[in-house]
Amino acid sequence: MSSRSQVYLLAFMFFALGIGLTLYKNQSLGFPLLPGESKEVWTVESKVTFDATDAPITVSMILPQAGSNMTVLAESFSAPSYGFRVKEENGQRRAIWTQRSTQGPQTIYYKLDVVNNEDPASLAPPSPSKASSLTLSSEQEVQAKNFLEKIKARSADNLSFSIEMVNQLRALKENNKRGVNSDFKNKSVAELSLILLEVGGIPSRLVRGVSLEDGRRKQKAVDLIEVYNSDQWVIINPQNGQEGTPDDVFIWQRGGVSLLDVEGGVKSKVRFSTIENDQPAKTVALDKGTVEQSALIDFSIYSLPTESQSAFKRILLVPIGALVVVLLRIIVGLKTSGTFMPILIALAFIDTTPLAGLAIFLSIVSVGLWIRGYLSRMNLLLVARISAVVIIVIGLMGFMSVISYKLGMTQALTVTFFPMIILAWTIERMSIIWEEDGPKEVMMQGGGSLFVALMAYFAMTNPVIEHITFNFPEMLLVILSITLVVGQYNGYRLTELYRFRDLAKGQKG
Amino acid sequence: MLFVKPNLLKERGIIGMNRRNVDYIARYNARKLYPIVDNKLVTKEYAKKHNIAVPELINSIQYQFEIKQLEKILTGVDKFVVKPAQGAGGKGILVIVDRKGDTFYKPSGKEVSFDDIKRHISNILSGLHSLGGKTDIAMFEKLVDFDPVFERYSYEGVPDVRMIVFQGYPVMAMLRCSTHESDGKANLHQGAVGVGIDIKTGRSLFAVQDGRMIEKHPDTGSAFSELQVPHWQEILPLSAACYEMTGMGYLGCDIVIDKNLGALILEVNARPGLAIQIANDKGLLKRLKLIEEKAPKSTSPEERVKYSLDHFSTD
Repeated sequence: MSSRSQVYLLAFMFFALGIGLTLYKNQSLGFPLLPGESKEVWTVESKVTFDATDAPITVSMILPQAGSNMTVLAESFSAPSYGFRVKEENGQRRAIWTQRSTQGPQTIYYKLDVVNNEDPASLAPPSPSKASSLTLSSEQEVQAKNFLEKIKARSADNLSFSIEMVNQLRALKENNKRGVNSDFKNKSVAELSLILLEVGGIPSRLVRGVSLEDGRRKQKAVDLIEVYNSDQWVIINPQNGQEGTPDDVFIWQRGGVSLLDVEGGVKSKVRFSTIENDQPAKTVALDKGTVEQSALIDFSIYSLPTESQSAFKRILLVPIGALVVVLLRIIVGLKTSGTFMPILIALAFIDTTPLAGLAIFLSIVSVGLWIRGYLSRMNLLLVARISAVVIIVIGLMGFMSVISYKLGMTQALTVTFFPMIILAWTIERMSIIWEEDGPKEVMMQGGGSLFVALMAYFAMTNPVIEHITFNFPEMLLVILSITLVVGQYNGYRLTELYRFRDLAKGQKG
Repeated sequence: MLFVKPNLLKERGIIGMNRRNVDYIARYNARKLYPIVDNKLVTKEYAKKHNIAVPELINSIQYQFEIKQLEKILTGVDKFVVKPAQGAGGKGILVIVDRKGDTFYKPSGKEVSFDDIKRHISNILSGLHSLGGKTDIAMFEKLVDFDPVFERYSYEGVPDVRMIVFQGYPVMAMLRCSTHESDGKANLHQGAVGVGIDIKTGRSLFAVQDGRMIEKHPDTGSAFSELQVPHWQEILPLSAACYEMTGMGYLGCDIVIDKNLGALILEVNARPGLAIQIANDKGLLKRLKLIEEKAPKSTSPEERVKYSLDHFSTD
């Protein structure tokens, strides 16, 4: 294979890999491609209160589990002076708080951040043998069967049956507000539905949720029922008979186990409050990734301490600067003094802002050039002379900072962000070019360097580019592939179209 | 029109920097051969080995402490050239054409003292003019006693012939004449005049300064149309032999013509510039392609010169 096609193959592979990883992170892990995208994050706080009775206390509360319509990003438990553990029981997580004995009102908080889960885990089918928990009298059972018989005639499958039943029950309750049957009156539609469904032999279960409403406080859990219909579970809202998970409900628990058990306390209750806040989509994706332990995130820059992360944020911009240099030198054909000096200047511009940066750079270099002109008459060895220039540059920087500070121009204080060794070398190079090729060449190369630096600066500070380089370091592969391809470019540079302009007129072919 | 359409240049076979770098220099010049041409002292050694004529080396200085002996080195030497062994682009070359006591004179008549020369050498040794700032060696060469034919065409400096040699075949030539603007230097980007030379006859074709066509030398006023490079038949095989000497497939060699010694190889360049195309008003590409595709592989410089004479005449 020729070296050219090897380059193209390699570049294509890098390009595809970089784009592929980026899309994967965007599509599957939810990292936003553009900065500023945000997602709704709900903070749900559950507050358990009870009165202690001076006996050993065990509080056990069920926790949200996998398969919910929301993903838990973070959770925190707060109950000082209580022992705490999380217990796994039949696939259900329960939080257990314990204390030897105390008295008076007690409060335990459990707070969690959740975000919409677009792809919830599938639910297991109902277990076939389930001990009946029904305690119906024979009279009640006959009544129930008659009731169900009527509904069965008006339905086609488990789902339509259940919906019809819920609607009938709601109507009954509405009409019999002062009904005689106290058993009927004291039970909610959800509870009645579950009993009837069990009588009718339809697999069903209770689903508890929390209604998500911004700023809502002291609300009770919402009861829903879930029916198994043609190989999948379907939620029915007993309040309105609608099927499907309601959008504004966070599914907390499935199955009829108790939400809260308190031993050694009375008047126990759980109340929920919910707050909505918008968080950057990236933060959400990151939290989610950490919870789900995605390898791509686990072995990424995000796993570094925050301090190193911000260093990388800067470092990951350098390839962008390099790409700008490559394009401007190879395709446009600009001359710069020192191949990558413009990138360093551009990095300094990020801290100084370009206008102040330009002013500082130009004043230091011109004063430096003037002093260097004098030094050149003193017969110094090169290393010593450059060191002298470095020292002078530092002196100038200090001088500029102090004077501008006294004058109230704090902008000039950022002068320290300029790499002084680079400044010193620039001065040295420029002064040599001045002596050998004249001031015109100095302007050409100096101007070229500054122009490239400014272009690199604008590319590097573009919010979209900044966002993508940091959040999708895979894009480095794409930049690499572009660099490889441009490295093979053998066409004319833009400046050559000017340089060879007379040749095109050519009389002879 | 400030810019031309790229396809016009393509039609004329003009080579740009990128194509030169990718398709010729990277492909035909092995990296390991670079030291032969990048260090002029090494070039001289190789040239001697291959019986190629070069200007005589007077002395060389490698260490700063040796600079003290400059007076001794220069005893009885009135005309010389100081250059960095690894200088690039004609940088750091100091030409001395006359001496009165301890005062030296540049071609422009500018006075230069011993201290100036010492500082210049010190800079050379520190690597100021070399690629990548490597420490360097300062070499003293005998000043070429240039052929009087050139007096009319050169101002304060020695004109040299730049020949592009591709796979051993001389491909294109130009004469570089220094001007007042170029301060006696023969580099086109410093303002020297480039005169395209016909490969077959050694006669001038075209002259440019600063990228524009000119008729007469700006300082001497002589018309370039009458210019004929002397010893032309000697220059061709000399340049062709640089291929065997360096092993480089794409090179530019600089040749000076000494009144008494004839053609001498001044230096060999692994990255010859493209201005030669402007001076010849002709693109390099067609000639390079012809050699790449059709020219017989020949080990004899004379045979290759013959092929070039047959194919690359402009008339």
